[in-house]
Amino acid sequence: MPALPLESAGAYVAAAYIVFLALVVIYVAIIGRKVGRLERELTELDDVTRDRER
Amino acid sequence: MYGRALAPLALGTAAASAVAFGLVFFYAPLDADQGFIQKIFYLHVPMAIVALLGFLAGGVMAAMHLRTRDRVWDMRSYVAIHLSIILGLGVLVTGSIWAKASWGHWWVWDEPMLVSFLIVFLLYAVYQPLRFSIDDPGRQARYASVFAIAGAAFTVLNFVAVRMAAAYTHPRVFSQTGGNMPADMFLTFLVSLGAMALLFATLWTLELASKNAAERLRRVRRRLEREAEHAEAGERLARPEPAPPIRPAAASR
Repeated sequence: MPALPLESAGAYVAAAYIVFLALVVIYVAIIGRKVGRLERELTELDDVTRDRER
Repeated sequence: MYGRALAPLALGTAAASAVAFGLVFFYAPLDADQGFIQKIFYLHVPMAIVALLGFLAGGVMAAMHLRTRDRVWDMRSYVAIHLSIILGLGVLVTGSIWAKASWGHWWVWDEPMLVSFLIVFLLYAVYQPLRFSIDDPGRQARYASVFAIAGAAFTVLNFVAVRMAAAYTHPRVFSQTGGNMPADMFLTFLVSLGAMALLFATLWTLELASKNAAERLRRVRRRLEREAEHAEAGERLARPEPAPPIRPAAASR
């Protein structure tokens, strides 16, 4: 097949790079949610230990 | 433990990605045959190489787990395989986009490279359901390790078999004598590969840091619960035992 013109090729190249970026962003967002949950649990534990010390 | 390495790795990844992006779009020449569409090569091929190496690394770490019985190695193996599956999905999607632009089809079933990668991907897609179908953590780690080692061996075998088979339409860019491309394209490819490897290392460390923190938190919670139970039991012992209630005598038949 002959090389695609720049306009059509550009759309395919952009799509490939956007797919990759989306995968990385979704992955980081999932890890971020997990870290948020950890932070909440840590706050809960901190409150429990503080109550016990009183 | 893992958090300390995270900042330098993330900075390195950001710098390497920026350099790779600049080289791909402003330095590497347009391919004489494919034109601009060949720019997908600098994303697709490094992603495939890093994904396959991640599967291999997962197998090696699984072997370390079986050898040492240290659960840390199992967790490392799990995260490496999990990340490689995500990259593998990226490889399949970007490969399909490239195939559509270059060959006019989203997928070509008689192309060994594509089908073999799909088989490896589907094999590893079974890893997580298998792992989480086992409740006992020790058995789960052992079975997952055995799977990871077998999967790594299969990945190598698959790769060698495809290289030995005659290629039909998929271009073979790398051979034992080096890269079959001009020096500026090869440099761009190497930087892209380095950036992808750094990204893998950063995400691997990030997930391990998160999992490690969760595990430690669970341990602290368990310890606190045990302490609370002991304190309650101690209080109960210290209190005088209440007199048993007087039961009425059983009625004689």
